[in-house]
Amino acid sequence: MIKESIKMSWQNIVHNKMRSFLTTLGIVIGVTAIIALVTIVQGVTGEITSQFSSLGAGKITVQAYGTPLKQGLSDNDLKKLMEMENISGISPTLSMEASVVKNASVEEDVAVEGKNQVYFQNNTDLIVRGRALNKIDMENKNKVGIINQSLEETLFFGEDSVGQTMQINGITYTVVGVLDENAINDVTAMMARSSGEGSDGKVIIPYTAAMSIAGVSNISSFEVLIADTNKTDQVIEDTKLILNQAFNYKENSYNIINMESLLDTMNTMTNMMTAMMAGIASIALLVGGIGIMNMMLVSVTERTTEIGLRKALGAEPKRIQLQFLIESIFLSLLGGTIGVLLGVGISWVVTAALGITFVMSTWAIALGFGFSAAVGIVFGWAPARRASNLNPIDALRSV
Amino acid sequence: MNKEILTMRNIIKSYHMADEEQIILKGVNLKVYDGEFISILGPSGSGKSTMMNIIGCLDTPTSGEYILSDRKIGELDQIELAHIRSKEIGFIFQSFQLLPRLSAIENVELPMIYAGVAPGERIKRAQTMLERVGLENKTKHYPNQLSGGQQQRVAIARALSTNPTILLADEPTGALDQKTGNQVMGLFSELNKEGRTIIMITHDVNVAKTAGRIVRILDGNLYDEVAEND
Repeated sequence: MIKESIKMSWQNIVHNKMRSFLTTLGIVIGVTAIIALVTIVQGVTGEITSQFSSLGAGKITVQAYGTPLKQGLSDNDLKKLMEMENISGISPTLSMEASVVKNASVEEDVAVEGKNQVYFQNNTDLIVRGRALNKIDMENKNKVGIINQSLEETLFFGEDSVGQTMQINGITYTVVGVLDENAINDVTAMMARSSGEGSDGKVIIPYTAAMSIAGVSNISSFEVLIADTNKTDQVIEDTKLILNQAFNYKENSYNIINMESLLDTMNTMTNMMTAMMAGIASIALLVGGIGIMNMMLVSVTERTTEIGLRKALGAEPKRIQLQFLIESIFLSLLGGTIGVLLGVGISWVVTAALGITFVMSTWAIALGFGFSAAVGIVFGWAPARRASNLNPIDALRSV
Repeated sequence: MNKEILTMRNIIKSYHMADEEQIILKGVNLKVYDGEFISILGPSGSGKSTMMNIIGCLDTPTSGEYILSDRKIGELDQIELAHIRSKEIGFIFQSFQLLPRLSAIENVELPMIYAGVAPGERIKRAQTMLERVGLENKTKHYPNQLSGGQQQRVAIARALSTNPTILLADEPTGALDQKTGNQVMGLFSELNKEGRTIIMITHDVNVAKTAGRIVRILDGNLYDEVAEND
């Protein structure tokens, strides 16, 4: 019984090819929009999220501006921080620009960063050749440095630089290792890369040595590496306590950035945005549904005689209703299918163009199909009902 | 005398039109027996079509009693009426009323779909019916590929397909020329000889004469010798 209804509906749709196509266009556009928007937004979000989490997973970043009297943290303060529970280390950072000289080659404005051994423990694939900085380098303020490949290229002309010397602001440093540029994943490095500002060269030296070069005795930027991410909040509290003591509870003396909570906020925002976009696209679906309803009403009027005849031949009202309902569901599912294909195609092209990984969103596809079927039922109901309620005499009389 | 299959007692049908009540059928009495071929003859506006609608269970009378195959039609709802039409009535219309997008055999299958006949059986029966009306070579043709007479024969095959109690024909020759009209009437006579009960509604005296019995309808009243003698 259903089979015949489906067959008859299909014949009617195929018979009115142009009209069926135009009717489904609204659904096609709606579903395409939903799927393309959701897939693209999810792709972009996924990309941003993965970049952010590679920057900030399992650590908090602290800017300790300090007070006019005490601009940053002393060695003593850092020691206290290092004694906190649930952390795997404290990684201070001291950034400056300096000129680096090797023989006659001078490289101005090289980014010199003071780090400690913890930084390398957490980023094991940073070193391509030579060794990382260690604890002894820190304690002895050893004049050793790790340079990146582009600085090695300009200063050492492609020779192996490990074991050779260079002058940073006039002080002789020994190169002990070479840095893999692409492995550097922190916010400043990324920003420098994307903005293209400054020299490409980079040197990492013990932070204690860097403090001497810069002539400062305090550290104002560091990262806390968290051993157990479930205890992040506890670590933040502990950090605040130490910082408050260090700066006598002065307001705005420090700023703690927790990447995870940033990420959470961002996820909430993008989820909201996705929902909003899907909502806007649903308006197209609604309009498409009205289009289908209009077409079905026209169809019922056109086929009044046919309906009357079918009734005279013994069709129950619900049979007639079912046939028209199937027809409208068919139409909207047809639109839905085309929309899904188009949507997936468009998002594939767009993600490829943006260089984002294309992830097929099954729930977007399910949503597209579900929505279009629902539109077919909801907007097909009234016309189908009207058809089934037609009086067969009136219907046959209109011949 | 054969079994009574259709009985009408004092059937009144009225419509409300523009604030006044129009009485179309003014107390009609009719009995039809199994195997009869009866013509209901009347000019347009006489209430012919209303008669056919009531006989065909497309409409119910305002008052009076209509019994078809021992069932009181006035008490049935739309769904039950649909079942009665499916089982008891084979309609034949003036303008054939074939569905243009279906082939001849598919048109014949249509009432059997609604009667719930299984697909295999349906095709077999449709084939047989088309053979019976002499169109075994035209089963795959579409209505627009058939002549008027052929289309009406497809419609007759369709009406016969569910093996109904009554064949109900409304001006079956009205859209045909005289020659094809005569052929169709010849087919009706044959079917009647095979035992089929036929009720034909027409305004054409010559066509009506084919039937074994003629009742005249005029201004909502039925004049039937047999009924009056009963």
